[in-house]
Amino acid sequence: MTRKQKRGWLIGGGVAVLAAAAMLVMVALRDSVVFFHTPSDIAEKGVPAGQRIRLGGLVGQGSVVRGEGTHITFNVTDTLKDIRVTYDGVLPDLFREGQGVIAEGMLTSNGEFTADSVLAKHDATYMPPEVAKSLEARGVKLGSGAHPGEETTKQE
Amino acid sequence: MIVEFGHFALILALLVATVQMVVPAAGARLRDSRMIAVGEPAAVSQLLLLLVAFLALMHAYVTSDFSVANVAANSHSTKPLIYKISGVWGNHEGSMLLWVLILALFGAAVALFGDNLPATLKGNVLAVQASISVAFLLFLLLTSNPFERLPVPPSDGQGLNPILQDPALAFHPPFLYVGYVGFSIAFSFAIAALIEGRIDAAWARWVRPWTLAAWMFLTIGIAMGSWWAYYELGWGGWWFWDPVENASFMPWLAGTALLHSALVMEKREALKVWTILLAILTFSLSLMGTFIVRSGVLTSVHSFAVDPARGVFILGILVLFAGGGLLMFALRAKELRIGGVFSPISREGSLVLNNLLLVTATVTVLVGTLYPLVLEGLTGDKISVGPPFFNSTFVPLMIPLFLALPFGPLLAWKRGDWLAASQRMLAAAVVALVALVASYALTERGPWLAPFAIALGVYVMAGALTDWAWRVKLGSAGSEEVWRRARNLPRSAYGTLLSHFGVGLMVIGITATSAYREEHIVVMKPGDHVAVGRYDVTFKGAAPGRGPNYREDIAQFDVARDGAIVSRLAPSKRLYDAPPQPTTESGIHATWRGDLYIVIGDEQKDGGYTVRAYFNPLVRFIWFGALIMFIGGGLSLTDRRLRVGAPIKRRASPVAPVPAE
Repeated sequence: MTRKQKRGWLIGGGVAVLAAAAMLVMVALRDSVVFFHTPSDIAEKGVPAGQRIRLGGLVGQGSVVRGEGTHITFNVTDTLKDIRVTYDGVLPDLFREGQGVIAEGMLTSNGEFTADSVLAKHDATYMPPEVAKSLEARGVKLGSGAHPGEETTKQE
Repeated sequence: MIVEFGHFALILALLVATVQMVVPAAGARLRDSRMIAVGEPAAVSQLLLLLVAFLALMHAYVTSDFSVANVAANSHSTKPLIYKISGVWGNHEGSMLLWVLILALFGAAVALFGDNLPATLKGNVLAVQASISVAFLLFLLLTSNPFERLPVPPSDGQGLNPILQDPALAFHPPFLYVGYVGFSIAFSFAIAALIEGRIDAAWARWVRPWTLAAWMFLTIGIAMGSWWAYYELGWGGWWFWDPVENASFMPWLAGTALLHSALVMEKREALKVWTILLAILTFSLSLMGTFIVRSGVLTSVHSFAVDPARGVFILGILVLFAGGGLLMFALRAKELRIGGVFSPISREGSLVLNNLLLVTATVTVLVGTLYPLVLEGLTGDKISVGPPFFNSTFVPLMIPLFLALPFGPLLAWKRGDWLAASQRMLAAAVVALVALVASYALTERGPWLAPFAIALGVYVMAGALTDWAWRVKLGSAGSEEVWRRARNLPRSAYGTLLSHFGVGLMVIGITATSAYREEHIVVMKPGDHVAVGRYDVTFKGAAPGRGPNYREDIAQFDVARDGAIVSRLAPSKRLYDAPPQPTTESGIHATWRGDLYIVIGDEQKDGGYTVRAYFNPLVRFIWFGALIMFIGGGLSLTDRRLRVGAPIKRRASPVAPVPAE
């Protein structure tokens, strides 16, 4: 094999692997990416039921209802719109009324949200950056201490 | 007083680093050996000054000096001593101080142990290393001064985030940083080589041990972080493809590639240009990791102490060094001679495949990590890229990598015999086939692909042993001869064997845990049973308890197997005093077959508790595999050839390097 052929092998192999990887990435980005929405986004844009999304906002004051077993329902609010969320499982340590939360799951046909995982962020001054940004964008006044950071707990 | 002393030492370190950055590099250019010689004492005194600064901060933590803003914000007088010490790096400022300390440590190590390096190369390496120090010391002093005093000291501190108050996490950051920062040496050597326009096998022999050391510590650091997340975050996962995890994983992948390409360069003088590029990219990924973790641009399960304003500074550092390094590469790489020729089927060829797949995998992780950021910048859409993305991009790239892995060591340099290697791999393939059939026979559920993945892990392990078996002539020579050969094999051969074996173990552990995990979420009252795996778990009740700086509800579980109690687990829910934050402590009954993992949730109105119980089969293999990889790396590092043979004295012409062709 000549030097040129050998280099051809190398370059050909490299291009093949990169092309395969690029295809995998494209397909995966199309299929497995989850969009983030606030309750107001959903009211305005209308997210189809059954599409996997992340719903973010604050846990509505006085909205948490513990049902049978591990069943639980609560409201996610951005102070303008509320969405009722049902979840079956153990909530993260930092889940509190009035605190930032992200629920991942899908809308049902009756406008409620079924979550299969709930992420909470903690501490009096904290809320998830996405939530804080969306709320600020909607003119909701946040506490002076609101800044992104600290720790998240995620449960499935 | 001690605090001001520490602050002063930090400023002095900046001055010394500036000198170290300028003088030896100028000396190397002007061929002035006295100027080059400044690098050594400068590197050592920079290390000593930073050590003083670090110890001063530690002193403030241990004595709970709350007049220091950093201590007040992150410590508390009732915190146990070990967490007062680990609290030093459990926050932004302190961890960045640790970062520069380790950077200086590596620089000083080159100064002290680099006697037989060519003088100009050494001068340039120390100068580049110092330039990184200067950037990060400026960052510390200008934006993140750990020694800032408070005008009115509070009576007590705010405490350390409770989930960080944990033994594994106390040592996770130092290990991780030794890994991250260790790649700076490879970077400095690469830039120095570009400055000189000259690079040879001796260069690779120099860079490899440093890269190997960094890689080892990064391996064990990541494994520790994963282990910590497993038992502390309370949901039994060990890897979440979270931005902060990816931040440490990308340099690891690139570093692994670098380790292998440096091998080609050392042995065959091929892949020079590529190795230099990889060295620059690996450290750039380390810097990007620091940026991701420290800036908080990406939401993450474990990002602590973040501040967007500081992110801009680190982004600047990242752009400066990654961009500068790449620019220099673009300008000078042409001048490096292209090395040896090899056929696609050869040891070199297999290492090129290794590099190709590892680097492509790094890129997929990079895309998945940064895509949300880019998309939000472009369209304003907020998305999250989760495990499904990585499972369908990263994992497929690992399959050919692991299939090809055992062939590498079996192929000869320059031109290998594919057929002969395949024949040697026959035994390993048979073992893997047996493992495949056995996995199908032993498991009742789970995805149909899982047994194939387990067989792949077995194949990698058997393949690693195959290479060893052929080298010691196991089966074809007498036992005495085998023993003699086994003893005479270089330690680096055992290093390769162990590291590859560890990879196989890890593949098995990952597959078994992901595919055959059992999960139960139930509400239990005292006396209730639940069957998890082969265990019968009985809830005995919960009682309040009190620790040094927290209150807790401790639950008691009896774990029985075949009617006999094998363990009593006491998972708990803690509420820390400062900051007042709850944590979940898991109860784990660990065996080689798998872990029984129990956490409790909230108390229900009727006195029952939500209980989550998992059986995670073979999950220990993951961290044990990483530990074996670490040990393998250590064995290679102690190989005589790396220690003594590296830079041969006569090669080290003091000045006047051969100009590039």
